[in-house]
Amino acid sequence: MSERLTASAIVAGVRAGTLSAVDVLEQHLAAIDGRETEVHAFNLVMADSARARAAEIDAAVAAGHDPGPLAGVPVALKDNMCTRGVPTTCSSKILEGWKPPYDGTVVSMLRNAGAITVGKTNLDEFAMGSSTENSAFGPTRNPLDTSRVPGGSSGGSAAAVAAGFAALSFGSDTGGSIRQPAALCGVVGVKPTYGRVSRYGLVAFASSLDQIGPFTQTVADAALALQVICGHDPMDSTSIPESVPVYSAALDRGVEGLRVGRIRDLPEGADADVAERVEQAFDALAAAGAMIVDVEVPAFTYGLTAYYIIAPAEASSNLARYDGVRYGMRVDAADTDSMYMATRSAGFGDEVKRRIMLGTYALSAGYYDAYYGKALRIRRLMADDFARAYEHADVLLTPTSPSVAFPFGAKTDSPLTMYLCDTYTIPTNLTGEPAISVPFGSGAYGLPVGVQVLAPSLGEPVMLQVAAELERAAGGLS
Amino acid sequence: MSDALWELDGYEMVVGLEVHVELATNTKLFSSSPNRFGDEPNTNIDPVTLGLPGALPVLNRHAVELALRIGLSLNCTVQACTFARKNYFYPDMPKAYQISQYDQPLNVDGWLDLPDGTRIGIERAHMEEDAGKSSHAGGDGRVHGADYSLIDLNRAGVPLVEIVSRPDLRSPEQARQYVTELRGILLAIGASDAKMEEGSMRVDANVSVRRAGAEYGTRCEIKNVNSVRSVGRAIEYEAKRQILMLDAGESVRQQTRHWDEGDGRTHTLRDKENSDDYRYFLEPDLVPVEPSQEWIDQVRAALPVLPAVRRARLAEAAGVAPDSELIMSIVDRRQDQYALAVQAAGGDVGRAVVYIKEAFAELGPEPTLPAADVAALTRLEVEGALTATQAKSVLAELVARGGGDAAAIAAERGFAAMDTSELAGFVDAAIAADPEAWAKFCAGEGKAMGALVGHIMKASKGQADGKLVTTILNARKS
Amino acid sequence: MSERLTSDAVAKVARLARLDLTPDEIRLATEQLGDMLDHFADIDALDLSGIAPMTQPYRLVNVMREDVEMACLDRDEVLAAAPQPEAGRFRVPPTTGLEL
Repeated sequence: MSERLTASAIVAGVRAGTLSAVDVLEQHLAAIDGRETEVHAFNLVMADSARARAAEIDAAVAAGHDPGPLAGVPVALKDNMCTRGVPTTCSSKILEGWKPPYDGTVVSMLRNAGAITVGKTNLDEFAMGSSTENSAFGPTRNPLDTSRVPGGSSGGSAAAVAAGFAALSFGSDTGGSIRQPAALCGVVGVKPTYGRVSRYGLVAFASSLDQIGPFTQTVADAALALQVICGHDPMDSTSIPESVPVYSAALDRGVEGLRVGRIRDLPEGADADVAERVEQAFDALAAAGAMIVDVEVPAFTYGLTAYYIIAPAEASSNLARYDGVRYGMRVDAADTDSMYMATRSAGFGDEVKRRIMLGTYALSAGYYDAYYGKALRIRRLMADDFARAYEHADVLLTPTSPSVAFPFGAKTDSPLTMYLCDTYTIPTNLTGEPAISVPFGSGAYGLPVGVQVLAPSLGEPVMLQVAAELERAAGGLS
Repeated sequence: MSDALWELDGYEMVVGLEVHVELATNTKLFSSSPNRFGDEPNTNIDPVTLGLPGALPVLNRHAVELALRIGLSLNCTVQACTFARKNYFYPDMPKAYQISQYDQPLNVDGWLDLPDGTRIGIERAHMEEDAGKSSHAGGDGRVHGADYSLIDLNRAGVPLVEIVSRPDLRSPEQARQYVTELRGILLAIGASDAKMEEGSMRVDANVSVRRAGAEYGTRCEIKNVNSVRSVGRAIEYEAKRQILMLDAGESVRQQTRHWDEGDGRTHTLRDKENSDDYRYFLEPDLVPVEPSQEWIDQVRAALPVLPAVRRARLAEAAGVAPDSELIMSIVDRRQDQYALAVQAAGGDVGRAVVYIKEAFAELGPEPTLPAADVAALTRLEVEGALTATQAKSVLAELVARGGGDAAAIAAERGFAAMDTSELAGFVDAAIAADPEAWAKFCAGEGKAMGALVGHIMKASKGQADGKLVTTILNARKS
Repeated sequence: MSERLTSDAVAKVARLARLDLTPDEIRLATEQLGDMLDHFADIDALDLSGIAPMTQPYRLVNVMREDVEMACLDRDEVLAAAPQPEAGRFRVPPTTGLEL
């Protein structure tokens, strides 16, 4: 773990020819060799193909070719991103061994940018969870304290960056699945604006909420990663056809004169250590010249309910395709209908089944209006509330997670307890707006605390601007 | 049963048709693999068609344009529309949901006029995707008793428009006319090849019966009606089945029934009481379609003249009823323009339509035979220079040669209009040759005339004018 | 939505979702889903009349592609990943009893 190189430093060195992509990779593979058994960040480590790719990058540099904006950066991909010919499991038995016949858009973009994929990371099955305890292949451990969870659902990707297995990694965020594990593992995690990053090739959990984003060591790395993966994709009908600004330009602007909103009616529930760090974050921004303003987002408190109706509803439909007919697992039976039942019952874990049932119920005849229809209206309410808040503030600041990393099993007894982990992250998935979690000091047990910066749609620049200031301030924390 | 008003024991049938047509696009509704009938199984496949994890639909603009053409041709109101997921499990439905239009279809509230003038309401004409094909192996090759099924997904995702009529049809004949007329429109506007035998046009019939003027009865939906003829047969069978039940004091159960072409009956497929719960919800992977007025106007302006208008035009020119078989068949063959061209070339359009109907079946919508040559022939006949029989013979030669001087051909064949005295001689000879037939004819047996005409035609080597022969025979009788 | 979720309703939902649950699993699911629905009752008091549903976060319309054919997936590669390929097709057990 000594001398960790940021992705930005790797790119600079590899492109200048002062660093070898092969050497950088070997350093990361050595870290994997050292601790992966303990951490279990990966479902698959791709050492051979990574070595071949790193050699190609070095050769390209030697030949004077442009090796791309992520040249030589070892990256890890959440195992719900389709990689051609490479198993993509979603940490589910139902997809065990399945090799997609195509690459997702982000996967292609990263390869074309010169990134080197070191492996596919573990997750809560089909991204449903907040601790990575719901993986069919066993949990990932938090590299900072292996008796604790890394958060979830992108726990493997968060752990991979925290443990030095990859210089940066990618996850998906449906209700906080990037930001919460980033907070728990002490790294930066971004959920971009819905539609900013293509979902083509991301195995869907909840289509109107899912968004791919990076885990990084620094805010500058986040800007670099976003620069590569953001942009319009004609393969995704919900992709925003707007040009992408230069994100790194926002990093050194400072926060002088920016309005940072404090949500007065934010739902309670954050632990004291977390709340204290968030207060210090407000103070730090104020000290740097920002104005702290009070705003209200009354619908915030209903986010959890709306989310836990909408996300399962979409999931119940998205996961219906796992039927044992065309790919993945099949449990044979005397007729097709029995085969469906046997396959899906054996292939899905408990949490996935629970959410499929919840979503099926919320959409079913007689209940649609009471649940799904109502949840969609709360979603509108939420978007309107945030829009009003952003009339007074440029960004909003909240905790990312109510607590620091918790021990295994601490929240598995009741699904609801686990769902409460997502209280502060969910609203921006419902509205589609971007948010970032930045490490900001430590809390109980010396574990990291994440602070969340929220911005309006396509407000990534101002979000990064504030995040960079918090990162600078965090350096001076006790 | 050919009457438009069908009645049995005081019951009236009430029929609405749901017609699915496959659109004549190059590619599928939501993906770019080919929309092509008859290819090797599972060759026209892509991630979307297969319902692979991570695949996303993107709407085919040309499919929307063809759907617009259909809507405008059926006098529908075009509106902003959305797509929804219809969730159900079936092995030829790869995602386990069909993307269809539910509460916001593209086209609503139109109508179609039958050739006899009856106006049939169109409730909606919406876009949706087709399913794949299951073939049942082993057993007797049908669903029930098969050992297993094989799934081909070439057809999955092919664009469909479902045209739903209001329950305005009242007889098997009207239903046949509706399907025929609709098919003519679809062909005319190039929306579909509308081949019932290949399944690119499929009809489901909703049938109920009631006492005239009473409330609508319970309806049954009849599936698998694969030809215009079976539309009539299936509806008639089903209405009679329902009447028998009602007369026996039973009530009709709401069912989906299957038409069996072999035994000419409908069979229960399933009861609708435990009706499916399709859990429709808006497709989050697609965005609304709001056709601009400009686009609608463009599509409307580019529509060809529809069959009904063409029939009316030709019927008026020829002085025949627009729903006469003569007019119907010529417009069906799209040779009405040709008939009008004969008229424009100075021909008699009344004779021209007869010629075209009888001799042009193989010539297609744009016969190469010069209209002026046919016009000349009609004049020879109308002026009495040729008998109808002689004209027919010359016409056959014109068709065979691809044109020519009708008068010259007539001369080559030695045709000259036979004078009445020559004909009278043939009539005398016929009476002498077959006194028995003559006696019967005089006694009022009309059929006996055939034998006498036969003698005359034989003696005149087919040159006698049939109409004149009839006149002479009738005159002799009295 | 105040009435308590019944195990019959849960069994029906499991059936709709093609999940085969044991009686014990049904019991547990009834309890857990019931707890969630109780928690969701916080929205019962909200007056949502006049508020339009929001189905997508970022409003786009008329996203369409041109009707141009692109390369298909390789059938052999696709069928190699299938549980039971046969004669270029996906084989499934008899479909008896399935709703068409």
